[in-house]
Amino acid sequence: MLKIKNLNSYYGKVHALKNVSLHLDRGEIVTLIGANGAGKTTLLNSLSAIIPVGTGEILLEGNNIAGMAADRIVSLGLSQVPEGRQVFNPLTVEENLELGAYLRYRAHGQRPAIAADLEHIYRTFPRLKERRKQAAGTLSGGEQQMLAIGRALMARPKLLLLDEPSMGLAPLVVQEIFRVVEKLRGEEGTTILLVEQNARAALKVADRGYVLETGKVILEGIASELLENKDVQRAYLGHDKKEIWER
Amino acid sequence: MQIWDPQHECMPREEIAQLQLERLQATLNRVYKNVTCYRNKFNAAGIVPEDVQSLADLAKLPFTTKEDLRLNYPYGMFAVPLREVVRIHSSSGTTGKPTVVGYTKNDLKVWSNLVARFMTAAGVTSDDVVQIAFGYGLFTGAFGLHYGSELIGASVIPFGAGNTEKQIMIMQDYRTTALVSTPSYAITVAEHMEKMGVDPKSLLLKVGLFGGEPWSEGLRRDIESRLGITATDNYGLSEVIGPGVAGECLCKCGMHISEDAFLAEIIDPETCETLPPGSVGELVLTSLTKEAFPMVRYRTRDITSLDYSACDCGRTTVRMSKTMGRSDDMLIIKGVNVYPSQIEDVLFAVEGCQPHYQLVVDKQGAMDTLEIRIEVTENIFFDEMRKQKEFLDNVARRIHSVLGVGASVKLVEPKSIPRVEGKAIRVIDKRK
Repeated sequence: MLKIKNLNSYYGKVHALKNVSLHLDRGEIVTLIGANGAGKTTLLNSLSAIIPVGTGEILLEGNNIAGMAADRIVSLGLSQVPEGRQVFNPLTVEENLELGAYLRYRAHGQRPAIAADLEHIYRTFPRLKERRKQAAGTLSGGEQQMLAIGRALMARPKLLLLDEPSMGLAPLVVQEIFRVVEKLRGEEGTTILLVEQNARAALKVADRGYVLETGKVILEGIASELLENKDVQRAYLGHDKKEIWER
Repeated sequence: MQIWDPQHECMPREEIAQLQLERLQATLNRVYKNVTCYRNKFNAAGIVPEDVQSLADLAKLPFTTKEDLRLNYPYGMFAVPLREVVRIHSSSGTTGKPTVVGYTKNDLKVWSNLVARFMTAAGVTSDDVVQIAFGYGLFTGAFGLHYGSELIGASVIPFGAGNTEKQIMIMQDYRTTALVSTPSYAITVAEHMEKMGVDPKSLLLKVGLFGGEPWSEGLRRDIESRLGITATDNYGLSEVIGPGVAGECLCKCGMHISEDAFLAEIIDPETCETLPPGSVGELVLTSLTKEAFPMVRYRTRDITSLDYSACDCGRTTVRMSKTMGRSDDMLIIKGVNVYPSQIEDVLFAVEGCQPHYQLVVDKQGAMDTLEIRIEVTENIFFDEMRKQKEFLDNVARRIHSVLGVGASVKLVEPKSIPRVEGKAIRVIDKRK
């Protein structure tokens, strides 16, 4: 599905990603874990062309998308749910969702499918349906996260990039979000690249993971094995204290 | 034929390459950060991990040798703190200080899985009773096969090395179906059975997993006919992980290297240049998953060649040929590279020859001489001098045509060549 070779990106003048190579197979959930500033978000932003790619190859189903315009990348099937939700506050929930299908809306004969997809999103997130006419800014944090995910899904992505979906959310809401992530892979077969500060939760839901440290991949492995890795435990998992929703 | 881990053993070649590149880069980043020896070596070569952007770039990196491991004895090459190491093994140290290797919990898990792969490829299933005739202790062989068998769900008999008569008794009574040992020990078992009057056909033994030393196709045929089993080869070395680097499937056309865990190269042992696929040379291995004891371009000293063509078993991984000896065993006789295994093959080709032989290399004036001593057995015992001479001439002629070097062939008393339960001493080089 996605194959990255020797990706180098810069965050201002900082060499933020150094020779990152990674891949995702179809239907996989892969997580990137790492401390603040390790380059996780930079990696996602490079994939969706929010920041320019320095050097390297990014193959999305065989197409090199490095250097491509963001809208073309979306139309090739890659959508990102940005960190901090970034919903359009003054617009209604439904308008936010419709914007997610912006590229498809302009394409010929897509509108009935968009309407069907909207209903599908409402079935996945019934709360959004209840609040469809409400301004997005008035939603709770968890609802906004669901809206941001729903908005990305409206583009019908094959590959979904999720940046810190649990950030600032109450534990029970986090649990709900991760349930949705699993469901997306299970029911729709969406491939998911998940960036998370909450490494334990991410590794529990993911198939594989990569550990980033100062812009370099230092470990790759099956998620359950990374959970056992002492480096990962020491740096990212904290002590054995379980979150309330993990019990 | 069963495949233990089809996802990794049957990966398309380009996916293997991607996974190898990712894991290689991660390994290099880790060793550069955590292992002083590697950091110093890379710095001395003017290389940082980022310079490796493709698998071909591996050739830029310095080699790691047994000498490095000795200089960093005991724990200097570990990439994790000792408290994260759950197991320590060591090489025998017959030639100087021993070398020490370590495993984390994950390393042990990966190791078991790699061994389970080649054991499954050899036909071992959960229905088997596996008798392990490797020595337990610091040597990695026994434990590796032990864990692999348990993971498969086979019944393991952790017998250990030696005490051949008791081994045979247990084989009979416990209904052993798979034997794990060195190939030369399999011959010892066969000899004892003949002496004890045990008919191998009365046993349930069906497969042998032999490793730990180089052995020829001739020895394989010998073991197979004398024990009535399928004999498979497997390869590993404690510095890299132990058994589990590679193993044969039932096609017996080379040992499949677990390429998601190891990156294999072939180099010329003299010039150290990387050789193209198919060439015969020294195997160099880089570990891709190891946490406690990563190895970058380790010179194994084992001589082999790599075959990337598809195998009938469905696995896509590269196959290494049976090792033809050690690059430090390589004899240069009259300027020709000679491996003891080539001579072994010739001896087998001559009908009736048993695998006990010894090579003596010497110098007469400026000329190298090669003498091959063969133990007399019932099959090679001749009443007539003429027949004996014919036999010796035949061997000498074949040796000359295979090696391109002449040799004198001599028969010696039965059992006069020392044999060990572990590894056999095949070469005496008096020139050194």
